[in-house]
Amino acid sequence: MKKPKIAFFDFACCEGCQLQVANMGEGVLDVLAAFDVVEWREVMSEKWDKKYDVAIIEGSITDNHAVKRIKKIRKKTDILLAYGSCATIGGVNGMKNNFELDDIRKYVYGESYKFFPTEITKAVHQVVKVDYFVNGCPVYIPEFVTVLKAVLQGIPYYVPDYAVCVECKLNENVCMYAKGITCLGPLTRAGCNSWCINNGNICYGCRGMVSNPNEKSAQDILAKYNIPIELIMNKMNMYNKCREIV
Amino acid sequence: MPIQNLNINVEYLTRVEGHGNIVINVKEGKLETCKLEIVESPRFFEGMLRGRSIFEAQHITSRICGICACGHTLASIQAAEDALGIIPTEQTIKLRKILLDLEMLDSHLLHIYLLVAPDLLGVKSFVPLISSHNEVVRRALRMKKTCNDVCDILVGRHVHPISAIVGGFTKLPGEKDIENMLGLLQGMRPDMEETVNLISKLEFPKFGRDTEYVALVSDDGEYPLLSGDVGSTDGIRLNKNDYRKITNEFIVPHSTAKRTKLSRESYAVGALARFNLNYEKLLPEAKRVAEMLGLKPKCINPFLNTAAQLVECVHCLEHAIGILEEFKKTKINHDEQIVVGLNENSKIPVREGNGVGAVEVPRGILFHNYQTDEKGYIRNANCIIPTNQNTGNIEYDLMKLIPEILDKSKEEITLLSEMLVRAYDPCISCSTHLLNIKFI
Repeated sequence: MKKPKIAFFDFACCEGCQLQVANMGEGVLDVLAAFDVVEWREVMSEKWDKKYDVAIIEGSITDNHAVKRIKKIRKKTDILLAYGSCATIGGVNGMKNNFELDDIRKYVYGESYKFFPTEITKAVHQVVKVDYFVNGCPVYIPEFVTVLKAVLQGIPYYVPDYAVCVECKLNENVCMYAKGITCLGPLTRAGCNSWCINNGNICYGCRGMVSNPNEKSAQDILAKYNIPIELIMNKMNMYNKCREIV
Repeated sequence: MPIQNLNINVEYLTRVEGHGNIVINVKEGKLETCKLEIVESPRFFEGMLRGRSIFEAQHITSRICGICACGHTLASIQAAEDALGIIPTEQTIKLRKILLDLEMLDSHLLHIYLLVAPDLLGVKSFVPLISSHNEVVRRALRMKKTCNDVCDILVGRHVHPISAIVGGFTKLPGEKDIENMLGLLQGMRPDMEETVNLISKLEFPKFGRDTEYVALVSDDGEYPLLSGDVGSTDGIRLNKNDYRKITNEFIVPHSTAKRTKLSRESYAVGALARFNLNYEKLLPEAKRVAEMLGLKPKCINPFLNTAAQLVECVHCLEHAIGILEEFKKTKINHDEQIVVGLNENSKIPVREGNGVGAVEVPRGILFHNYQTDEKGYIRNANCIIPTNQNTGNIEYDLMKLIPEILDKSKEEITLLSEMLVRAYDPCISCSTHLLNIKFI
């Protein structure tokens, strides 16, 4: 079998998800051996002007230039994989959408703000068709490897649609609500093995929301601990603001 | 005969973090244009922070950069704690120092092996090295993974650390964890030695331009990375709260660009700046490597920033091992483990305040500044990143370099210009604030 030609592209992001690949250590060589890596600006000077089999997209779409670029990539690739929160759900870049765009441009760039065009932050699938989603900020490498295997086999990958709490319970963590603080685990898609809670922090919702959250139970929890709904909404808007775009 | 007319336009410079272009134009033997353009899409972090809880600042600003996420984390925590009036415990400071050592190691190794070594070995990227220098690539990935594995134990992960937050750590390493971290780092020593051997055999381009170097300085004997005053090789020393007097943002006439300068037209930050200011405080093992590489302060060849990074790798590895050995004897006090979240349980008192964080991260000194209201929500935020401070200096370097190499071919000139920019290890993803942007 001919090795699929794969390319990495980054849009508005921190490039940390690309770095997660390098963090696989020597194992990355086995993964890369299954593909023919033809373009990857952060670590390669080589360029490729023909078609790709797989394009891995990191980052969100935040200006006109990016819209044109992602559409061009979509035309050149068979499979498009959205990689990391910024690409799959808009991620932290979406917080920008909490503000008037001109207001936030002026705040950061002052008088020169007109030279910094920006548009409402969008996730990749809100601009072009996406075939595979690898959620997380950063991505969870075991899940990425699973997705790559699915790509190689030509089968779909379904992001878990149950709450982080499922994994968190299996990991025997004490619930953050029981410790007196709020956590987005009950609303957030699993698949990260409750990474943050295992390390004593809370879930910030970086993997996107479950499609059918248990609202009744969430309301009970909020009532039980006397938590205002605004607090939870504000937390959700850290990663998930782009969900409002139709 | 040297080149009379030359037009170089490197779009999307590769093997750097983020998007930048180099534009060079020589007409009738005279350099007319020489610019490093930053073309990364702005992300407006400082604007987005307004109205968020100070307890979310670390989580959000870590996402400015995946490569130096631990560095942003530490600068953010320092600024937030300064604003809230929190004084970290000695144990917390020591653990943070280990984290910063790991950050330096991890980032410098990535830069040395994956981004710079291909130039010195005459190939386009690390990919051809997989077959031609397999052992080198494997060693690089192995060392990188070790840093990552130690970070996993210490803070949950290296890219966007989890447990290091305002007030301390949400999870503290146990006895076994300390031993594991120690074992992993001690195990890295032979690979580090091989790395030094490899780099000492490679030849860096010869070039020099005297400039002002800026880095943290301190009065104690430790190589200052996590805290200190801000000093320069031109004799400046200021408190971190006066960071605006260091960066002196100004607008270049005929362009919309803001720049930073101190005593001269530009200054440099990063490994070479730290080396030049604090050479005496390096651990003996690191000094020995500097000697092997022929590196002495004050070194004014920016290409040797990569060599200074290697010296720092050795220093940070030994420094982290030293602290861990101490912890092996004294043990970690687990009563210091904290649960904070958004501070819903009000365990940490909040106040109206203004705090500054100044931390040496891989690419140089990083400033975070937050103003909080009485409820602990962020009113204003400002982050000044190393690459923004270096951009002006890189351009002045290019202006001196290009006329000196006009007898070379266009390809060689392009490559040397790229290598010069790359030597600074610019991190354009970090450019939250884009002080030095230029439009032609």
